[in-house]
Amino acid sequence: MSKFKKNRGKASPEVSTASLPDIIFMLLFFFMVVTVLRDAELKVEIETPRATELTKLEKKSLVNYIYVGSPVEKYKKEYGTKARIQLGDKFANLSDIPLFLEQHRSKVPEAQHGGIKSSLRIDKGVTMGIVADTKTALRKAGQLLINYSAKKKES
Amino acid sequence: MAKTNSRDRMKNEINAGSMADIAFLLLIFFLVTTTIAEDKGVLVKLPPWSEDEPDITKLKKRNVYSVLVNADNQLLVRGDLAQLDDLRENAKNFIMNPQRAEDMAEEPKKAIISLKNDRGTEYGTYLEVYNELKAAYTELRNEYAEKKYGKLYEFCTKEERSEVRSEIPLIISEAEPTNFGDEG
Repeated sequence: MSKFKKNRGKASPEVSTASLPDIIFMLLFFFMVVTVLRDAELKVEIETPRATELTKLEKKSLVNYIYVGSPVEKYKKEYGTKARIQLGDKFANLSDIPLFLEQHRSKVPEAQHGGIKSSLRIDKGVTMGIVADTKTALRKAGQLLINYSAKKKES
Repeated sequence: MAKTNSRDRMKNEINAGSMADIAFLLLIFFLVTTTIAEDKGVLVKLPPWSEDEPDITKLKKRNVYSVLVNADNQLLVRGDLAQLDDLRENAKNFIMNPQRAEDMAEEPKKAIISLKNDRGTEYGTYLEVYNELKAAYTELRNEYAEKKYGKLYEFCTKEERSEVRSEIPLIISEAEPTNFGDEG
């Protein structure tokens, strides 16, 4: 009887699960590396328009984001319903754009400065006035490559 | 006897089986919180800023394809009310001018599209118009590349692409918006 038990205790028929965490961790690290945490909380409502001539933005580190839209529900009391610009995680004015661009530029290696793109994530309902002003500010700041963020149109 | 038995089984090791669960939890957390936010959009290269207005009087009228969008999101193409759906075909026709019409572009290299909008124009409409104009150029470049190299523009080599680009340059000139409409 005792002999019988001892045998089974030594050679357990179970597959070792000790390497399972390693596999999962590997997956975890993979996802941690490839995904980018969204750094900015959106304070403006944005529903990007649809278009067909889309270019994919690669090299996330070379892209800065400018959001334009009307404030979301909880900021409506404070900021009204008029379309606003959001840079990073706060509301901004047109005069803040050059500084914002410069801050982003300082994080990019010098050799890649020519490839910096501004992604304009603009709500399709806003009027062109604020968009044109933003564009003028970008041109004055020397940021000429811009990308109007849009979704794919099924046609 | 029973006591030794249980000690035998534990072997003083921490069970590593639950490690997987912890790692899974982390994995799922990251899967949920992160967004593989694919950012796509219409790429535009703005002209450098200059104080003085560009001189357009030197251009021949036949080479300019003017598109105006007003605050009510209506289109005025070369002086006539137009629909967005026809814009692409008309622009292509204007740029290539296959019938050699007197009032259309002399050649694709000289064609200029002038886009003007109002400060009250909806951004969605503006981008749709821009998209149509860009699409017209993309289609023309594809047609040209297909005819010359037997493949689409995006599959061409660098030299072939610059050749196509110099043959059919994308020139969309944007004027300062007018200020008639109501800015919402």
